Amino acid sequence: MEKSSEVLIAVEDLHKRFEDEHVLKGVSITIKEGDLVSIIGPSGCGKSTFLRCLNGLELLDSGRIEIAGVTLSRSSSDQAITRSFLEAAHEMRKEVGIVFQGFNLFPHKTVLENVMLAPMVVKKIPKDEAEGIALRLLDKVGLKDYSNRYPVTLSGGQAQRAAIARSLAMAPKVMLYDEPTSALDPELVGEVLQVMRDLDSEGMTQVVVTHAMHFARDASDYVVFMDQGEIVEVADGDEIFSNPRNDRTRDFLRHLAGVI
Amino acid sequence: MMVRLLLILAFLSCSFPSFASVTTQPGELRWGGDTEGGAPYMYQDPDDMNSLVGYEVEIIEAIASHMGMKPIFVQNGWDNLIPGLERRLYDVSIDGLEITPEHQDVVDFSMPYYVTHLQIAVRRDNFDIVELDDCKGRVMGTLKQSYSQYVLETLGDVEIRTYEDEINAYTDLVNGRLDGTLFDAPIALYYGGPMREVKFVGPPIGKIEYGIAVPKDNPELLDLINSAVTSLRDSGKLRSILERWNLWNPMVAEEFHDLGPVKTQPVMYDKWIESHRPSFSLMDRVKRYSSFMPKLGTAALTTMKVSVASMVLAVIFGLMLALVRVFGPAPLSTLSMWYVEIVRGTPVLIQLFFIFYGLPNIGVKLSPFMARVIGLGMNYAAYEAEIYRAGLMSVPVGQMEAALGLGMTRREALRHVVVPQAVRMVLPPVTNDFISLLKDSSLVSVITLVDLTKAYGQIATTYYDYFGTGIIVAAIYFLLGYPFIRLARWTERKMEASFVPDRVRKNRRTGLGLRLF
Ligand SMILES: Nc1ncnc2c1ncn2[C@@H]1O[C@H](COP(=O)(O)OP(=O)(O)OP(=O)(O)O)[C@@H](O)[C@H]1O
Ligand SMILES: [Mg+2]
Repeated sequence: MEKSSEVLIAVEDLHKRFEDEHVLKGVSITIKEGDLVSIIGPSGCGKSTFLRCLNGLELLDSGRIEIAGVTLSRSSSDQAITRSFLEAAHEMRKEVGIVFQGFNLFPHKTVLENVMLAPMVVKKIPKDEAEGIALRLLDKVGLKDYSNRYPVTLSGGQAQRAAIARSLAMAPKVMLYDEPTSALDPELVGEVLQVMRDLDSEGMTQVVVTHAMHFARDASDYVVFMDQGEIVEVADGDEIFSNPRNDRTRDFLRHLAGVI
Repeated sequence: MMVRLLLILAFLSCSFPSFASVTTQPGELRWGGDTEGGAPYMYQDPDDMNSLVGYEVEIIEAIASHMGMKPIFVQNGWDNLIPGLERRLYDVSIDGLEITPEHQDVVDFSMPYYVTHLQIAVRRDNFDIVELDDCKGRVMGTLKQSYSQYVLETLGDVEIRTYEDEINAYTDLVNGRLDGTLFDAPIALYYGGPMREVKFVGPPIGKIEYGIAVPKDNPELLDLINSAVTSLRDSGKLRSILERWNLWNPMVAEEFHDLGPVKTQPVMYDKWIESHRPSFSLMDRVKRYSSFMPKLGTAALTTMKVSVASMVLAVIFGLMLALVRVFGPAPLSTLSMWYVEIVRGTPVLIQLFFIFYGLPNIGVKLSPFMARVIGLGMNYAAYEAEIYRAGLMSVPVGQMEAALGLGMTRREALRHVVVPQAVRMVLPPVTNDFISLLKDSSLVSVITLVDLTKAYGQIATTYYDYFGTGIIVAAIYFLLGYPFIRLARWTERKMEASFVPDRVRKNRRTGLGLRLF
């Protein structure tokens, strides 16, 4: 698909520590509107932390993140967290949807109510209008017939699709996924990935942390390999899998091949 | 939220006209007593459960009418009559209050309106105890915190059993749990007297003077009461009241310098003896029980109102405590923790006494209804807070993150996502707590409100019937609580239905989610 050249996400020298652990050590990347980017890397290398920084669920220690005109920046972790910084993080969360490995659907609400809640609470959209939006999105992810079910009655694949619909209801400019298919039985992975492919073809900007290597290779515009809190290599899917340039990438992929 | 709560409480307290005010109207003499004081002091008239009879009632009414005032009775537990007077719940107190130096430290007393002594009672077949000294080495029953208890303690080497209700002591004497009892003579006469198995032995012991208690800072009132007592004594009115109740004795005669012969028939005493003949028919019993049903109904309503209002307070305040504890800033969170620890670490009765009798010292005067609701509500709030806290902690972090990730603020996430789940989770234990609160509300019958337990005490002391009345009152408590037991079950099932996946539930045999068989 033809991509616009508009930069939607710009990250510069992002650092994040948890106590003594330096988890992100200066991550920089730009992502253009409509891109589907996969992030791969060994466990504990900071993929989830990076993703969570992108929508302000974790606050960066230093560096700069700009997404769709909202900027979060700090010169160092000593700089006090101001109210306007927190407000910017909140703005960013409104623009950026996130989907978790464990779905995190609200168990006390039906599928439909899960999808309707945020538009009504955050955007103050009237109930019937929110319901219209929610039904359209549920139809899109193939869950129209399940709108009145409670989350506990859904299969993993259905639950994850419902979670995607829930995020889409806020009309985000970017969708982030943290291992969206890792908790699913193998036969259910496909239906979730298909939803993401559909969104890509509609021009949604998506960043996916994934262990589904075939998806990273086939579906994404390019693949980001992270290791020990750094971006080591950014390359086209086919290229990185068939001909990795960096030694660490090669080790990781070889190790992965050995496991599989 | 707080405003709405206050409105609810204000509404509930208004629906109880008798608590609206504790201030004295001119021309009224508000007097405090305990309807459980028992015969012959004051007790519910067996023929009319709504009226109070007793020689003390007649005396205070005579005094009020002599002063040209309207007597207004105010109920309070006997132990708390003097603190209640200090709190100005009433103008004076009369209920067999002994004139002792300890009492005189805190209140003033009128001149004695009655003088009596202690009386030993034993079983008819007991010939070992004939005077006080023989009580050494025996098991003796007496009234809690009374002069008689002091006398037995001074005697030494006596195994003392103290009672709150005199009738229980005499029953235990008959049953052989006690070797003897030592009580104020009027009590002995009215409770031991009618029992065939009981006899009185020994000479009069000690001297007990009953006086009317008046707050220390009101010498004018004290003077008025004293002159009323004097003229009632001189006119012979006091003597005739005492004779009606069969209470005239040589000690009073000497105190009043009135050595003439008895002039009045002991009609009230005879009536008491008549109505307490042991054997009567089933019909009489049914009639009697149905006669006090309205009283129990009103009392049950009071219990329910107190419990519901306390629970509303506990549920709302408890949630606030828990939210502050889990999500609030550090100092507030610590404060909330200490509140919970202190409230849970101290007895609820102490808290209630503190609120009702202690707070007025710093100018906070609550009506008995409000004092109970606030006391119980604040107490239960600490327990509810811990339940909520467990509920809040059991909502996975992912829920909060998902809500924040959708662009909600923390407050919105709490309100729409976390708290509703926590509330669902805690509904069953909170409902269960309401059932205990319903029962605990009886604990606080000490604070001048006639609830079910208080009504039980009043009726039982009037009729000597702890058994039948007890069964009826227990049944009422159960009926009040039962709907909530069902509700707790129902919420449990509802909750399970929305939190536990179908496939897990279908395979489940026990409440633990395990297949044990
Ligand atoms: N809230 C936290 N507090 C402290 N340490 C954390 C926290 N979150 C992550 N870490 C640490 O940061 C490091 C990176 O974690 P992160 O979850 O980003 O890794 P990851 O690349 O997503 O790994 P995985 O593939 O296993 O999900 C890990 O060492 C982890 O222990
Ligand atoms: Mg991760």
